[in-house]
Amino acid sequence: MKSWKFPSCKGKPRLCLVAGLALLCSVLPQQVFAVLGGSEASVQTDQVHMQASLRTTANAGYTVHELRAPTGVVVREYASGGTVFGVAWQGPWPPDMRQLLGSYYDQYQQALQQQSGRPGRRPVYVQLPGLVVMKSGHPRAFSGRAFVPDMMPQGVKAEDIR
Amino acid sequence: MKFAGKLWMLFLLTLCAMGAGCGGSSPHQANTTVTTSGQNVATVTVNGGPNSNYANGLFVSVTVCVPSSSNCKTIPDVLVDTGSSGLRILSSALSLALPQQNGSSGPVAECLPFVSGYTWGPVQTADVQISGETAQNVPIQVIDESTFPVPSNCSSNGPAMDSLQSLGANGLLGVGLASADCGSWCAQSGGSNPGLYYQCPSSGCAVASESISQQVTNPVAMFATDNNGVIVELPAVTAPEATLSGSLVFGIGTQSNNSMNAATVYTVNDSGNFTTVYKGQSISSFLDSGSNGYFFSDSSLTQCGIAQGFYCPASTQNLSATNQGANGASGTVNFSVANAETLFNNGNDFVFGDLAGPGQDFDWGLPFFYGRDVYVAIEGTTSPGGTGPFWAY
Repeated sequence: MKSWKFPSCKGKPRLCLVAGLALLCSVLPQQVFAVLGGSEASVQTDQVHMQASLRTTANAGYTVHELRAPTGVVVREYASGGTVFGVAWQGPWPPDMRQLLGSYYDQYQQALQQQSGRPGRRPVYVQLPGLVVMKSGHPRAFSGRAFVPDMMPQGVKAEDIR
Repeated sequence: MKFAGKLWMLFLLTLCAMGAGCGGSSPHQANTTVTTSGQNVATVTVNGGPNSNYANGLFVSVTVCVPSSSNCKTIPDVLVDTGSSGLRILSSALSLALPQQNGSSGPVAECLPFVSGYTWGPVQTADVQISGETAQNVPIQVIDESTFPVPSNCSSNGPAMDSLQSLGANGLLGVGLASADCGSWCAQSGGSNPGLYYQCPSSGCAVASESISQQVTNPVAMFATDNNGVIVELPAVTAPEATLSGSLVFGIGTQSNNSMNAATVYTVNDSGNFTTVYKGQSISSFLDSGSNGYFFSDSSLTQCGIAQGFYCPASTQNLSATNQGANGASGTVNFSVANAETLFNNGNDFVFGDLAGPGQDFDWGLPFFYGRDVYVAIEGTTSPGGTGPFWAY
């Protein structure tokens, strides 16, 4: 059997660059940007990113993956039908929101920037048709949750994600 | 003789009304007095802040000096925040070259996550003066995104609070329960380090461990005297107002003007929280002068359509909750929630006693401080209330 060789870029740098970028692009969205709205398998990506321990419990209609990072941050990911529909967290510091909200992160940031009116420091409350994010606390004690209303299994309420 | 006696009484009463001859205190209402004199007393003001638009922002002036020099800058409109620890000043407001703190591999910078955003910038050293109190060689954060590029792990806590516009203040004066802003977490190396402190050689910033004594520190904890905590003293608010004056008093039980009187001590857990029981539910909670309303969850309160993040009930709701300290102390708090959009209708008002919105914890923001003397005792210090950290009111 012929052994597989790592493809060589020798003599065709441009082609290789394009191929490399395409490969990177196809891999990055699933591998680096995980979770909310993503595949349940992306929980493992978060586990690696957070260097966390993982405990999974089954509830009626959904599964909870609880990740405990050595930083004291605890993240719970709520999944149903192979898709993560909600995340909740608590700990002395916030989790990596970009990692946790995945493809919803930009939408969340945009909504925060657009919250007009009187400035003033307060908890985060973002309620869009397709995304709800709450973030409370202070340095040394943060908590929050985010979920996609359309993805919630029947009978699961916002309060259940905690 | 009788007439002369009455005149004498009138004279004394007048003196009292002027704030003199009454131990430096002037009565505002039954349950609080605002201390107005003493080298440990700084005037604080609730107004719109530097942009004339901040709702329920408590501001103070802070003087920052190059250590052991008379090269100083007084910075007005610094937000007083009992929910965090350490001084953070916008570089644009500072315009003073302070010595940079350096680690083994380069200059030190910090990313401090808050709920509503993050502050990023170099850690520098300053002498800090507030009222008659001075702290020497205090590590402070200069909020500045141009000296070192913001790492993506930091901007992930966005939006950036890096300008007068986004911060609504010239800086933050964190006078919370903690002494160092991060504590033992950031002094560790490896996976348990939360990644707040960075060292920034020319090759780029990387997370580094930061010893507790090098961390950005609550300046009060470094004052030569009156360093075991603060009292925030504000008069009661019965209707929206343009401005409100009160005092930030340094030290607890260290002077004749900062005794604990009859205040009840509420101790906190390791996270710096106690418990609030609201409508039968026990919720993790905290006192935070840096939050601009009462923030808690109540599905029966209508949320605002325009003023997002606030409640807009059709009529003002009178509510009640019970705070419980880790020490078992317990006390009822009555408060009201008004329609935020109605409150905001008058663009000249910035002081709102009934402003509230949704939140996951129970966040007792600045309205809680109106009409109260709130004591914030720093971790590890002693005072007539016991060993900090604790709140008392």
